[in-house]
Amino acid sequence: MAKTSTARESAIERAGLSDAQLVEMLRNMLLQRQLDNRGFQLNRQGKIPFALGSEGHEAVQAGAAMAFVRGRDVLVPYYRDLGLALGVGMTPFEILSSLFARRTDRSGGRQFPNHYTNHDLGVASISSIIAGHCTHAVGIAAAFRYRREAGRAVICSTGEGATSQGEWHESVNYAAVHELPIVFLIENNQWAISTPQSMQMKVAHVTDKAAGYGIPSALCDGFDPIATYAAMHVAMERARSGGGPTLVEANCYRYLSHSTDDDDRTYRSREDIEEQRKRDPVPRFEQRLIEAGIIDAAQSRSLRADVLRETNEATDAAEAQPYPSVESLYTNVVAGDYRPWQD
Amino acid sequence: MAGLRGSPTAATAPAAGSTFMTNVEAVRATLHDALARDERVLIMGEDVGARGNVFLITKGFLEEFGPERVIDTPLAEASIVGVAIGMAMEGLRPIAEIQFADFIYPAFNQIVGEAAKTRYRSNGDYTCPLVIRTPYGGGVRGALSHSVSIEALFYHVPGLTILAPSTPADVKGLLNAAIECPDPVLFLEHKKTYRSVKGEVPDGYYTIPIGKADVKKAGSQVTVVSYGFNAHQALDAANRLEADGVSIEVIDLRSIRPMDKTTILDSVRKTRKLLIVHEDNKFGGIGAEISAMVAEEAFFELDAPIRRLCGPDVPAMGYALPLEEEFMISTGQMLTAMRELAAF
Repeated sequence: MAKTSTARESAIERAGLSDAQLVEMLRNMLLQRQLDNRGFQLNRQGKIPFALGSEGHEAVQAGAAMAFVRGRDVLVPYYRDLGLALGVGMTPFEILSSLFARRTDRSGGRQFPNHYTNHDLGVASISSIIAGHCTHAVGIAAAFRYRREAGRAVICSTGEGATSQGEWHESVNYAAVHELPIVFLIENNQWAISTPQSMQMKVAHVTDKAAGYGIPSALCDGFDPIATYAAMHVAMERARSGGGPTLVEANCYRYLSHSTDDDDRTYRSREDIEEQRKRDPVPRFEQRLIEAGIIDAAQSRSLRADVLRETNEATDAAEAQPYPSVESLYTNVVAGDYRPWQD
Repeated sequence: MAGLRGSPTAATAPAAGSTFMTNVEAVRATLHDALARDERVLIMGEDVGARGNVFLITKGFLEEFGPERVIDTPLAEASIVGVAIGMAMEGLRPIAEIQFADFIYPAFNQIVGEAAKTRYRSNGDYTCPLVIRTPYGGGVRGALSHSVSIEALFYHVPGLTILAPSTPADVKGLLNAAIECPDPVLFLEHKKTYRSVKGEVPDGYYTIPIGKADVKKAGSQVTVVSYGFNAHQALDAANRLEADGVSIEVIDLRSIRPMDKTTILDSVRKTRKLLIVHEDNKFGGIGAEISAMVAEEAFFELDAPIRRLCGPDVPAMGYALPLEEEFMISTGQMLTAMRELAAF
């Protein structure tokens, strides 16, 4: 499957990606869709209290993850980055352990779903406070620079709503002034819960803000993983080679409500969503790869069957795990014993 | 170096010899030695570089250690702390400076929502060994926004350590302990003590254990618990009363969170009377927590109601001298409260 031919290369604009990488991106997108839906299903079944959806972000995240170099780069994600987490190496079992809040979750069942942590993979722990993590991403990039670890860069992702926050502004400004190795990825899905982009900013694109920081930017089609990869790859290489930060905006759409607790019928029309569904990046990319002859219909069916099986197995395995112990509530407040009153 | 929190045995002993210096000189000397000792240590904040800090604490550091280790940041407190958090998560030992404690509010989210919870929310996968230094307190004609005490706003937060040393020797030992601490520390320096308080500081590297109070003066009739500038006034008042035959025990907390329960209770069980003094507002202040703890643990051993002498419950002290003096607690007020409590 990894073998490329001249005929195939002409059939698809691939930004230097091999057949194997293109198929890996499709697999990530299919798995992301499956796991994402699983969260909502488990919630509707009454098995988990909450889930967040990233449906519609598959292409952005599969593309951006392909620009991440494992073992070197660091991802400081936000809570709609299931595909990025998978793309940098997290497993469906970790995702399901988080959804079920089981002992096997790396946060020990403390964090909300989609608030990942995996220091070994370079996935930083975040809170739910929008854009609070952007300053940390800048600090991590500053540490790379300080230790002269050339070739390392940070991906800091947010939605477009986060760019209204002061901490986002402070982060981009700081990174720009100090020319740090970081890429600010804006996954613009047009909605911050119920608030549309037009209520967040006067400019047409988040990238319009880049000039205010004196940094380069790239606007890309977030429904196209190859286009997103191409923009992110250029930006990450710039960061790794000392060229400073870049603002990358990938336009996509949030197909689901903000979360299982949200009801988007109260603020946007079904017609808008139907219209956006016609551009659904997952079947579209799948079709592209088939048309380019990179996979055939049978391989496509096999990929879908694989991610469903993987998701089912991870669901069963995670559900079977115990909850964290109640004693664990009191651990890791600080190093060692936590005692506000000292003897 | 070991010397982790709450472990008295881990404190390292100073070398022989000492140097006489002010509190602000102790801050400067300790920061200087930390930069020289450990390459992971960075200093960042507003005007810490070329200007050498508004109190000249870091004067000359930029030339000696370079702009990569003494960082003049953009004028934005949330990112001063937030960027330092990221550095700490990545293994550095940043010392972030908030120019005046009054300016810390924009960084409240980063301190309370992020730094204090980094270890907890990741279940130890990430940690945040960060020191945030800031000058606080009044009596220096700082008006509404260069005079506040902020300790009560932060002492509610699990995961934070809050230190407020009052002497040069304690500044050095506790600042070293803060830098060694594997979790975030808010290090409070009372501005009025910066140049007015002088003392001998042991030479060489040492730490003072976090969470240990210091009994400044033994006494038998009243226990006075205080910290920062007020601790010096309380000691002065207690020494004066000694001549009148009134015996006061003075405790300097040094560490506000965690706090030294044993030292407070041992003293109160002996004197059976407790006065708490702090410049921060009374309502919801540190004194309220100490009062509650003593009431829970030693109620039947008290011979008088617990008394608190604190800053008034107004937003801040005014710029006009009478307004500042009215806000600040005078040594005279302490003398009166101590006498009344002793006579109760």
